Amino acid sequence: MTGFDWGVIWRSLPYLFLDGMRFSLTLTFLAAAGGVVLGTGIALLRLAGGRVLGAVATGYVNLMRSLPLVLVIFWFYFLVPYIGQWATGASRPVQVGAFASSLLTFTLFEAAYFSEIVRAGIGSIPRGQMAAGFALGLTYRQVMGSVILPQVFRTMLPVLLTQTIVLFQDTSLVYVLSITDFMGAASKVAQRDGRLVEMYVFAAVIYFAVCYAASQGVRRLGGRIAIIR
Amino acid sequence: MTYNWNWRIFWEPSPEGIGTYWDMLLGGLVTTLEVSALAWIVALAMGCIMGVLRTVPSRLAQAVGAAWVELFRNIPLLVQLFLWYFVLPEVVPVALGDWMKSLQSAPFVISAVGIGCFMSARVAEQVRAGLGALPRGQRMAGTALGLTLPQTYRYVLLPMAFRIVLPPLTSEMISTVKNTSVALTIGLVELTARARAMQEFSFQVFEAFTAATVAYMVVNLAATLLMRWLERRVRVPGYVAA
Repeated sequence: MTGFDWGVIWRSLPYLFLDGMRFSLTLTFLAAAGGVVLGTGIALLRLAGGRVLGAVATGYVNLMRSLPLVLVIFWFYFLVPYIGQWATGASRPVQVGAFASSLLTFTLFEAAYFSEIVRAGIGSIPRGQMAAGFALGLTYRQVMGSVILPQVFRTMLPVLLTQTIVLFQDTSLVYVLSITDFMGAASKVAQRDGRLVEMYVFAAVIYFAVCYAASQGVRRLGGRIAIIR
Repeated sequence: MTYNWNWRIFWEPSPEGIGTYWDMLLGGLVTTLEVSALAWIVALAMGCIMGVLRTVPSRLAQAVGAAWVELFRNIPLLVQLFLWYFVLPEVVPVALGDWMKSLQSAPFVISAVGIGCFMSARVAEQVRAGLGALPRGQRMAGTALGLTLPQTYRYVLLPMAFRIVLPPLTSEMISTVKNTSVALTIGLVELTARARAMQEFSFQVFEAFTAATVAYMVVNLAATLLMRWLERRVRVPGYVAA
């Protein structure tokens, strides 16, 4: 084997980061934001949505948590065009781009995991908080929105951010649809130039650096915002 | 252009020539379970060692354990599998690399090792949490009785720690089964890969993926029930978690 070729890494840096990493990061942040919002809704449905809606939410969470992400990616890739056709009344399946399809997939998949985190967070709030809210004459929605959920997000922020780091790692799985995220870009360069070792090692190093730095940041943040009861 | 449902597709012979589509999917499920079992054994073995190392009163041991966990936690599983499968044969001595590349069941073995190491980091964290949940007095009691450190771990600490972390370890085991699907990228023909192949051969997309979905849910359910039985068997009376 010829020596380690730094040139191929250097030459492909713009493609790797401006195309690949940008896709990965955009997908991560949008899916995390959407997932947290949707996950909070699902958690609230499970807690106070009544029997039917609660069962639907529970079923959704259990389904998403028992399936591999790769399978869910394939599901949504084939399913979304047909849902678009049904929703818009079109005559043929609606063409959705790769980004839209993967955004929908990751948002809906991670919403199940985020909902479990939020539900655990709500369960960790002392019951007296709800009672105090009701005693002050607030409705359930006002207590949840102004008293409980702000505390939940503060205590659960480290866990939510850790799950976001996991989501960032999971975005590499769009590889199965040949979508160009960071790993896909590295892989394309590797196969075009025949430099598998250099590109895959570089991709691993970058992922490690980003995730390690992020998890250290989360740990530091958690120490600073922790609520000491 | 509507989708043509055909649930009888499972009884039709598959182009691969080994039987019906149902047989094809079943073969994939068997592969999934085999790789998961192997990977879980690797994960348990390495995870326990690394988790114990992180709690031992030795700076070097703790650094080794921490390095292992951080390395395998911060790199995505897909990238790790690519490193094992494509990069490792190139960086080891040529003879060993050639032998690796010529292995008939290379995807199988590499998936088991790769997924096992990935999950071992998470098992190590669980074991560390379990050992940390034990009162400090347990270790001191072991020393007071004249047990060496390994004996204290073997007879006093680890039995309780495992009983405490059995529920999280259950979900890690289910995660291992789900993570085998990532190995389709290095050529392991497991359940998701078979479902995808069925979809490509027969164009019956939703039938194929529904079958795979149901299979994963059944495996999930079976694993959960098995673990619940195990938890009941090893319960320690008086402990809330048990």
